[in-house]
Amino acid sequence: MKLLTLNFLTCAIKSCKSSPASFPLHPRDATLEIIESDLNLAFLRNILPRLMWSELCTITRELGLPALPETVPTGEDMVEKKEGEEEVASQTAKDLHRVLLETGIREGGLVCGNCGHEYKVLEGVGNFLLPGHLV
Amino acid sequence: MSRPEDTLPPDLFYNDSESRKYTTSSRIQKIQSDMTHRALSLLNLPSPSLILDIGCGSGLSGEILSGTEEHDGTPGGPHVWVGMDISSSMLSVALEKEVEGDLLLADAGQGVPFRAGTFDAAISISAIQWLCNAETSADTPTSRLARFFNGLYASLRRGGRAVCQFYPKNEEQKKMISSAAVKAGFGAGLLEDDEGTKNAKTYLVLTVGGGELDGDITGVVRGMDGVDVVEGRQKLGQRKRGEDKKGSKGWILKKKEQMERKGKVVKQNSKYTGRKRRIAF
Ligand SMILES: C[S@@+](CC[C@H](N)C(=O)[O-])C[C@H]1O[C@@H](n2cnc3c(N)ncnc32)[C@H](O)[C@@H]1O
Ligand SMILES: [Zn+2]
Repeated sequence: MKLLTLNFLTCAIKSCKSSPASFPLHPRDATLEIIESDLNLAFLRNILPRLMWSELCTITRELGLPALPETVPTGEDMVEKKEGEEEVASQTAKDLHRVLLETGIREGGLVCGNCGHEYKVLEGVGNFLLPGHLV
Repeated sequence: MSRPEDTLPPDLFYNDSESRKYTTSSRIQKIQSDMTHRALSLLNLPSPSLILDIGCGSGLSGEILSGTEEHDGTPGGPHVWVGMDISSSMLSVALEKEVEGDLLLADAGQGVPFRAGTFDAAISISAIQWLCNAETSADTPTSRLARFFNGLYASLRRGGRAVCQFYPKNEEQKKMISSAAVKAGFGAGLLEDDEGTKNAKTYLVLTVGGGELDGDITGVVRGMDGVDVVEGRQKLGQRKRGEDKKGSKGWILKKKEQMERKGKVVKQNSKYTGRKRRIAF
């Protein structure tokens, strides 16, 4: 499961919906994996304003990954300044692509900060099925 | 032939052998991918987007979302997608194929576990009719549909869209599904391809107001070719003077009538309405 997805997933339990602590879910005993993919500048620009940056920083810290800049990069930070030529992805864009789209959780758990419920991740697939009484 | 929905719950029906068909049957693959292309053209996404696929199964639609080729005038991605499905067998097939999207084992009838405004768009192919079955005696189709559409509505960004192709059992089910969507706040329209034939396909086209829209959430659907708008709530401030006061007998009667109208298909479509016509050489 990509760290991008983790920046949007919340606890599925109804009574957690209104609690700010139900996002982000916190990785527990996570095994990470890297799956390389082509960098997509247009997508990165599209998604940037929707990221919860400080929560992304929290998660990367919890996973022991290299620290991210404290402030959100802007759309302009995604390209090298080179007038007249085709757009070239900046180092910032490459780093962001690496963290969000290539780094993922392969095995482990995701824990809600509000209710403590743990969602298992197996082969990268998160199990969000709830027992009836928690729906 | 009996409908699979009437025989077993989806996680049992889509077992290993049923799931296998999605990689071995070229007929199934062709039908599902044609419908995905149709849904994508209705979503009309201008640039690479974040998309939710509900009932993603083996990731057939996802493979198209991850692709870059233009198709019949609809620009390609690659889009980034997340799929949710209730069947672990189906998801195993997706894993084997090493699809690019992320996968969640989840029941759409329990809700959509993403924060508000996550997705640009959502797609669902041949899945949401399953929500009309309650899996346990403690649950009802109405509450499953409500949890799904409320969750979907919240998880889409303002101005976002969703297209759900589904197989309604009958008119009543069509109405039940579309009125649940309207109740959740969506602007909704129904589109029918090859209507009246055994290949008929029903698409529920949903829009979220806000963003570039002018406040009328049904505005976008209304402007779309061949989509019949599902009339939902009255626009705010539309009540004229002299109209029945809230709670009065006249008000209740009207309300009842309104409720009945909710989710109703306004007019029927003819065959092929809304299809792009192309010149044949
Ligand atoms: C006909 S298959 C279509 C799969 C895929 N969309 C395609 O076009 O190839 C229907 C899928 O919906 C899934 N499904 C049914 N009920 C569901 C639910 N409540 N939540 C999530 N997925 C569900 C099934 O497991 C199955 O994979
Ligand atoms: Zn929780």
